[in-house]
Amino acid sequence: MYGGGYIQDDDIKQPSNGQEDPRLLAEFEARINAGEKIEPDDWMPAEYRKQLIRMIEQHAHSEIIGALPEGTWITRAPGFKRKMALMAKVQDEIGHAQLLYSAAETLGKPREEMINDLLSGKSKYSNVFNYPTPTWADSCIITWLIDAAAIVNQVINSKGSYGPYCRALERICYEESFHLKLGHDCIVELATGTPAQRKLVQAALERWWKPIIHFFGPPDKTSVHSEKLMRWKVKMASNDDMRNQYLSTYVPKIKELGLVIPDPDLKKDEATGSWTYSDPDWDEFFRVINGDGPCNEERLAVRKWAEDNGKWVRNALQKASDKYVVPLA
Amino acid sequence: MNAIKDLILKMADDALIIGHRNSEWTGLGPTLEEDISFSSIAQDKLGHALQLYTILHEDHEEQNPDLLAFTRKAEDFRCCQYVEMPIGAYDFSLIRQFLFDHAEYNRYQMLSNSSNNRLAALSQKIKGEIKYHVLHADTWVIQLGNGTTESHDRLQKALTDSMPLALGIFEKSAFEAELIRNNIFEGEDALRERWLGSITPILQKAGLELPDISTIEPAYGGRKGQHTGHLKPLLDEMGEVLNTDPTASW
Repeated sequence: MYGGGYIQDDDIKQPSNGQEDPRLLAEFEARINAGEKIEPDDWMPAEYRKQLIRMIEQHAHSEIIGALPEGTWITRAPGFKRKMALMAKVQDEIGHAQLLYSAAETLGKPREEMINDLLSGKSKYSNVFNYPTPTWADSCIITWLIDAAAIVNQVINSKGSYGPYCRALERICYEESFHLKLGHDCIVELATGTPAQRKLVQAALERWWKPIIHFFGPPDKTSVHSEKLMRWKVKMASNDDMRNQYLSTYVPKIKELGLVIPDPDLKKDEATGSWTYSDPDWDEFFRVINGDGPCNEERLAVRKWAEDNGKWVRNALQKASDKYVVPLA
Repeated sequence: MNAIKDLILKMADDALIIGHRNSEWTGLGPTLEEDISFSSIAQDKLGHALQLYTILHEDHEEQNPDLLAFTRKAEDFRCCQYVEMPIGAYDFSLIRQFLFDHAEYNRYQMLSNSSNNRLAALSQKIKGEIKYHVLHADTWVIQLGNGTTESHDRLQKALTDSMPLALGIFEKSAFEAELIRNNIFEGEDALRERWLGSITPILQKAGLELPDISTIEPAYGGRKGQHTGHLKPLLDEMGEVLNTDPTASW
């Protein structure tokens, strides 16, 4: 999964102090223009480093928090096939977090500090995981449609400029494409199953449609973008571009299964390729991102339990003589 | 019930229930790497259970693996009580992984010479996977046993507290003599001796003390269908979705 999607753009709006060495900056931008990757030991502007840490860190948090709503269905998954597949799938997500924390660490922020910022609320994660998964079908919707949204975002970002992040994303996308197949298979089974199963999956789609529309963030007309971050290939596509690409691919697939999308106003302008949809309540989106969603407290409480209860283990692994080593990525 | 069915059923139930418990660590592990490890071990256990239930289904006229695993009542399960206990803190789960997997490794090693060919072939394969579970447990037990005072004391307490449950793994079945006589399985007493031989040097390296097991009353009952109060809620949860319609395809 899971990460990517829209997280928080506040910092992007702040201009840089413009104190970078102009010669180094020009060389840096020329390399990016030429399609080269920036590596951990290369010179980079302070703002580039800061924005990448923020973005990769929040992506990593989205993976470990995102493992929770689906993880609760491992113990209830119906049958060996589903149980084993879901275990492996959620395990992949934890593995993605590990890869991404390592990629962020190459920029100089230790994993522990990132986790602390997650727990304190300073650092965010993808908003969709603040919604509940009350049925098996909700878990399947995440596996299919949320992972699908993440893939759209991650494939685009894997073409970015920072080498370790791009390489991590390439590996992640490879695994995500299997998740997508799994999720689709689970949904097909329900959508072509008994009347009760069809009802279950339709209800789950109705619960998840709004978070799905929210996934890529507010419309471009209300969202301020930094031209510089686009130029530096930190941000690779606008929220609307990604959402349009997603809807064009997945709306037909959802309808093909006989499921009804709960938005009568959803339609595509074939000439421009852009979609219109009912107001998905962007006020709610901002309320949830700022901590007031149905599951924000629960998600962070579970993560805090894991951190608190694992502390003695991590302490026992440390030796005073050990030096901090930035991971290879 | 016959001797071979009883043997395979208790092994399958052990694998299913410990796999389910270990999977409960997903998202909660003390480090991300350990989260991933417990999940891998859990996935292997589920795979072992599936293969064992498949033998029961194909060779012994039992229901299909999904129905065997997800729809039976607690009293029909033959797992030991140790595997059904909640995950508790990481010290309990790690010590359980250590004690249980050393028993498993030795069990499958013994069964790879069984006169039952299908069980022997499967055991040979499973043994190769459990080898890594044992390596995982040994590494962590040695590391944490020699870590801080807290980590040492936690492991020692978990070890001491767990020993009655761990000895319950070796509860004999009603068919014990027949299994030995027919060279299907050398028996639980022989397994327990091998197990002690495996865990003792690791515990020494970890600086942990094995309690005097001659004074401990083992937690028996599981192999006869007598379980703790923890098994039924686990099974209810596991079958929650499937049992809304066991005839449907999920």
